[in-house]
Amino acid sequence: MSQAMTIHLKVWRQSGPDAKGKLVDYRLEDLNEDMSFLEALDVLNEELIKKGEDPVEFDNDCREGICGSCGLMVGGIAHGPMKATAVCQLHMRHYKDGDTIVVEPFRATAFPIIKDLVVDRSAFDRIIAAGGYVSVDTGGAPDANSLPIPKEHVDEAFDFATCIGCGACVASCPNASASLFTGAKVTHLAHLPQGQVERKERVVRMVEQMKAEGFGDCSNHGECEAVCPKQISIAAIAKMRREYLRALFG
Amino acid sequence: MTPRIKHDKPGLRSALSSSVGKKVLTGVTGFAWAGFVILHMAGNLSYFGAGEAYNEYAHKLLSTGPLLYAVEIVLLICLVIHAILGVNIYLGKRRARKQSYDTYRSAGRPGLQSPSSRTMILTGVVLLVFLAIHLKSFKFGPGIAEGYSLLVDGEPIRDLKRLVTEKFRHPIYAFGYTGVMVLLGFHLRHGVWSALQSLGAMNRRLTPLIYGIAALLAVGIAAGFIVLPLYIYFFAP
Repeated sequence: MSQAMTIHLKVWRQSGPDAKGKLVDYRLEDLNEDMSFLEALDVLNEELIKKGEDPVEFDNDCREGICGSCGLMVGGIAHGPMKATAVCQLHMRHYKDGDTIVVEPFRATAFPIIKDLVVDRSAFDRIIAAGGYVSVDTGGAPDANSLPIPKEHVDEAFDFATCIGCGACVASCPNASASLFTGAKVTHLAHLPQGQVERKERVVRMVEQMKAEGFGDCSNHGECEAVCPKQISIAAIAKMRREYLRALFG
Repeated sequence: MTPRIKHDKPGLRSALSSSVGKKVLTGVTGFAWAGFVILHMAGNLSYFGAGEAYNEYAHKLLSTGPLLYAVEIVLLICLVIHAILGVNIYLGKRRARKQSYDTYRSAGRPGLQSPSSRTMILTGVVLLVFLAIHLKSFKFGPGIAEGYSLLVDGEPIRDLKRLVTEKFRHPIYAFGYTGVMVLLGFHLRHGVWSALQSLGAMNRRLTPLIYGIAALLAVGIAAGFIVLPLYIYFFAP
């Protein structure tokens, strides 16, 4: 039998990009411990709507931990306290009755707040557009498996391809650096034959775009790896640096 | 054949000011200083050597002349670059998140965020100030002309051992130096590992190993420096 619980939330409310925001206290009663954290926010929003107040805006889509849409600082940690979990897969059973949870948006100059907990992460799209693509032959679709790739390269590439672009790496980084995101994309494509054509341009352009977007420089705290819902290793950042040096001197 | 896109290499200026370039430079210059502090520490330990080992070691270093100057110039350049980049990265981080979190916690391992990694700017600034005082006290401190001399093989050499012993009998010097060396340990604890990561030398297998070795190295170097002032203060005749 699920236990009913009361949770105190301190939620960042900000009516628009230039408005001054503040933390607002809410008390949620009779929550079900099997609810996800986002479902608890849904309950809060239903109550707010019933009272005629503005619901809390937050991004979400698949609620299966695979789309990268959701992203909140929950109790000071990007996606909350559970490892390898997007916030949509965080459940209330990890909290105790009476707990207070602070909920803030991902904060970075490059991720401006749109409203409440929703931030604009299109800076990531522009980093991808700068070099996170591959050239493909035109014509009919090639046969599957026609391009031989060593198993270890595929495995390695896949580990970094699992990035869902949620932005938790930036949010948790004390420097608000996008190095893990960019490193994951660069590393993923550097391991595959399809990625070789633009290999050198890619890393240079993506690193330049990262700076142009206003992300901070990496200080190797490794916090990004700890909060990444896909557990992407900071080895990607080391690889990005090798790729950059290779582009420079190679 | 797959066509290759013409590759426009970034200019040197743009490469060095990129987030990768800045870290590579910070790493290389940091390594130069890490190498120096290890040699310096080994030199300090010659204080415990027999006879005039310490003074003879110092004299030998000085008598290398142009080589010593060359090393000093390289170290000075490295220090300036390292310090400028450190401050630049710190200021950049403040620009990159103008509003800080109300509540922020580290998620722990496998993250490597630590008091050491979060205080690099602070320990760095303290080390810089310390370096100025340290150079004034010892490198540019009293020498042969001020009577700190002794004869070795009929030749007058600087009696650095006497100067060091006198300085470290003073509690402010002995414990101030000890405190700063603890901070050096903190700086190296993150710095050594971080420099290798910045140079792209790390991977998933190596990182935990090197991170562990960096801790041992940091403790070893700090301890190697601390033993001298504490020995002099508490036990030296």
